[in-house]
Amino acid sequence: MSPALIALLPFAGALLPGLLIRSGRNVAAFACGTATALALIGLWVHIPAIMRGEVVTAGFDWLPQIGLNAQFRIDGLALLFGTLILGIGLLIILYARHYLSRTDPIGKFYTYLMLFQGAMTGIVLCDNILFLLIFWELTSLSSFLLIGYWRHLPEGRQGARMALTVTGAGGLAMIAGMLILGQIAGSYEISEILASRDVIQASPWYTTALVLILIGAFTKSAQFPFHFWLPHAMAAPTPVSAYLHSATMVKAGLFLMARLWPALSGTPEWFYIVSITGLITMLLGAFIAVFKDDLKGLLAFSTVSHLGLITMLLGFGTEAAAIAAVFHIINHATFKAALFMTAGIIDHEAGTRSIRLLGGLRKLMPITFVIGTIAALSMAGIPPLNGFLSKEMMLYEVDHLDAMRQTFMVLATLAALFSVCYSLRFIAHVFLGPQRDEYPHKPHDPGLGLWVAPGFLAVLVVLIGLFPNTTAGWLVDASATAVTGVAQESHIYLWHGVNAALIMSIIAIAGGAVLLGLHRPLLAAWDAAPRPEAKAMFDATILNFGRLCGWLTDRITNGSMGRALAALTVTVVFCGALAWSTGSAGPITRPMLPVEPVPLIAWFMLIVATGCMVTFHRRRLLALVLVGIVGLIVSVGFAYMSAPDLALTQISVEVVTIILLLLALNFLPKRTLFETTDRRRGTDAFIAALTGIGFGTLAYAMMRRDFGADPISGYMLENSYKQGGGTNVVNVILVDFRGYDTFGEITVLGIAALVIFALTETLLQGKSSRRLRNWVTEQRRAGDRHPLMLVVATRLVLPVALVVGIYIFLRGHNEPGGGFVAGLVVAIALLMQYMASGFAWTQRRQRLPYHALIGAGVVAAAVTGVGAWFNGRPFLTSDYGYFKLPLLEEFELATAMGFDLGVFLCVLGAVMLALNSLSRIARHAGQTVNVDPMDSDPKNRREAEV
Amino acid sequence: MEILVASAIGAMTAAGVYLILRIRTFAVVLGMTMLSYAINVFLFSTGRLVIGAAPILDNYAENPTYTDPLPQALVLTAIVISFGMTAVVVMMALGAFIEGGDDRIDMPDDDRIMPDLRTVEDEEARDSVAQPAKSQPVGNEVGS
Repeated sequence: MSPALIALLPFAGALLPGLLIRSGRNVAAFACGTATALALIGLWVHIPAIMRGEVVTAGFDWLPQIGLNAQFRIDGLALLFGTLILGIGLLIILYARHYLSRTDPIGKFYTYLMLFQGAMTGIVLCDNILFLLIFWELTSLSSFLLIGYWRHLPEGRQGARMALTVTGAGGLAMIAGMLILGQIAGSYEISEILASRDVIQASPWYTTALVLILIGAFTKSAQFPFHFWLPHAMAAPTPVSAYLHSATMVKAGLFLMARLWPALSGTPEWFYIVSITGLITMLLGAFIAVFKDDLKGLLAFSTVSHLGLITMLLGFGTEAAAIAAVFHIINHATFKAALFMTAGIIDHEAGTRSIRLLGGLRKLMPITFVIGTIAALSMAGIPPLNGFLSKEMMLYEVDHLDAMRQTFMVLATLAALFSVCYSLRFIAHVFLGPQRDEYPHKPHDPGLGLWVAPGFLAVLVVLIGLFPNTTAGWLVDASATAVTGVAQESHIYLWHGVNAALIMSIIAIAGGAVLLGLHRPLLAAWDAAPRPEAKAMFDATILNFGRLCGWLTDRITNGSMGRALAALTVTVVFCGALAWSTGSAGPITRPMLPVEPVPLIAWFMLIVATGCMVTFHRRRLLALVLVGIVGLIVSVGFAYMSAPDLALTQISVEVVTIILLLLALNFLPKRTLFETTDRRRGTDAFIAALTGIGFGTLAYAMMRRDFGADPISGYMLENSYKQGGGTNVVNVILVDFRGYDTFGEITVLGIAALVIFALTETLLQGKSSRRLRNWVTEQRRAGDRHPLMLVVATRLVLPVALVVGIYIFLRGHNEPGGGFVAGLVVAIALLMQYMASGFAWTQRRQRLPYHALIGAGVVAAAVTGVGAWFNGRPFLTSDYGYFKLPLLEEFELATAMGFDLGVFLCVLGAVMLALNSLSRIARHAGQTVNVDPMDSDPKNRREAEV
Repeated sequence: MEILVASAIGAMTAAGVYLILRIRTFAVVLGMTMLSYAINVFLFSTGRLVIGAAPILDNYAENPTYTDPLPQALVLTAIVISFGMTAVVVMMALGAFIEGGDDRIDMPDDDRIMPDLRTVEDEEARDSVAQPAKSQPVGNEVGS
């Protein structure tokens, strides 16, 4: 089966529970199990090839530009982890079906579980570190969902948050590390990275990349000082703990270290960071586990300790240590998953996980007792179980260290001693001892569904222990080969003869038993001793971080918009100044254009108008007039400087903007009061002047220099006529070359108009509606609202204006004009009728549905674009041809005209809808509706005379 | 000529920035209009200033020169979009004034100041005050 398909199967399986849960819990579980089993079989199909030393690859290029490819590979390591993930996944699916109660939404659980399984499978099978990062983050997210599965439990939610924060932050560090690594190696493909060990280790960035990647791995694998999240994640349902927090997710960090082992290991940095972190974690986890009363807490810290052991072995950097590490990964997964499931069974059947309330379960739960004892003895490292084998290998490697041998020997023996102690405690204080009179529930062995999975694992524990080379040797060899990059053949024996490792082991077992005997006084001492609470520290850190952010935000924005905008403006100016002072702009190459008198006068007017506007902005009507002047001069400037299209657009937009602002001003205060202090005005003026000087200087500097690179418009000038069929290049750019932009633009404009309409709708309801009805206008109304002269003039102008609009539209492709300008011109023509005879009167006579106009515009543009498909061209490719009708000259028709029609309709609709909305507010506020088109209709007078 | 255009851009920017730093909506709207002018002219001037060379192809002229049409196309849509933006902002300003009777843009303190951040412990303490009878289930403890 293709590796890509194997990784995909669990994701496909994640969809099934949602679809099938109505058919019952068994069906959902069976569907997930089938998907998992298929993936597992698909993986195992490759075993012969991998045993021959081949690497199975598959995949496709996803984003080759950035080196992100969906490449998969299966080698020994991927086979080992894939087998763990999918095999134990299968057992967990079975176990969870019987573990979760009827009230738990099991479909959701299976979906999360399968998502997680897919993400993990993706991590171990992929051959691209960027692709790996995606799966890595997915495991963080899906484990968040799984830990918080019992969302009604606060500790579940808090544990999930903590796990997400820690592993997510680590993931961020790892992204940085991976990017650096990829840059050093020149590729993001794992196979190529592994081959460039010398380049990587010689790079000055090696340590940075190493530390960042290790932070990611350590957070995921709960290594000191990031170990604290794992015990809190135990609030998850036990199947999750057994799966994520013993067998799979926490091993992702180990997997990564093993995966990158050939490229990163072997340096002193690697040895000291990784092995010492592992050693500390191993010792600390084992020590705390001795004092945990919660079964899952005990197992959690034990897991931390064993993860530390594996990390330490990987840190040694020798091939033999790598073999031991790989072997212990297998062993730990078997006995620890079995132990978690045992703890789950005890919790399920006896009603508590607290060791203080348990004891004497040997007779009540014989099957559980056997399974739990075998697994716990393996955890303690008692021969002939598999835990013993890998622990011996670990101690042997410690004994053969070059550096810090004594320290490692003492501390590793101590950790093994603690490990023996808590393992024996698991047996002695839960199963042995006197039977209690009462337990929270009456304990008894569970049904087959619950114990078959841990039972199977316990059988594995024994088999691997007795026949290591037959049962697991091949898998260890294959994955150790993949880790080290050199063919490995391991020989694992129960009996090595008397050596240092055996002596250390005996010390550990004896010491552990003695320690268990002293457990009661020690526990009392532990309870009395002060110790750092990781959760309190974590919560305090998060809280203070939140406060810091709040404080900082409050300094920058205190609710005053001016302050926020000033901060923004100053930052922009500062960045600009910085860029200007550090970069180089090149010499001035363009001569200045001569200054003609007329432009000089226009400039003078613009400056004066701008200055006056700032001075008199409190008199709002006057300010509006001055803004109009500025806009007018800008449009004249466009016309002067070879931009007729811009001039036309600017001037028509100017008209509608001013009308809009006037309509709004009708309801706003007509004057602004003096409210700000002199100091504030001074500061603002200073910022404004600085910005103006900066921006003006930038513009000047740019205009005096030639283009840095050849402008792309050369192509447009060249091809405007040939390909677009129009001589007005600006219009051809709008409707053809950059038609997609324009399409987006008119859509945005349409949306803006609809937003205005929606705002108006809300204003015309509720509180604001009542306020509007009682509105008292500040100003006197004009005596003649609809003067005769205006009415007559606009009536006369209307047909002319409409014809001009059509003319501008039609000629737009070849001469200045086009859909934008035509839409605005027609809108102004209609607006004039509104102004002359009033909104309601006009509305009654022309019922243009403005919403529909906007919609029709967007549709027309889209249809024109789609039309190109039928022509076998991409979206929005225009075509044109020449036609002849009788009586007319030959003329040109271009499909771009359909697009321009869309622009026209959309602009018309949007402008009219915006102004219409404002008029509706005015009408709501009690402005009267006139019956006649004008105040003194001559028709009425004639009738009166008659 | 360039210096005139540049100084005009600077003046309009300064006016726009000063006005958007005011505290009443209308001034801010005017300021944004001025800023739109300045930015549109700036964008336009990235095509450099050329007189009498509109980008309308002339098939009959010998060696015709044309100015850069691309900034013009960009600015054309920008002008129309800034109208749309101004319209929305004006409408919001108007709505806020009608609804609240005030045309300030600053957020009142009541809306701004967040309630104190509470720790998980605080919430638990509050919960336990609210439900004093609730007892912690035994055996659910999770070590740390």
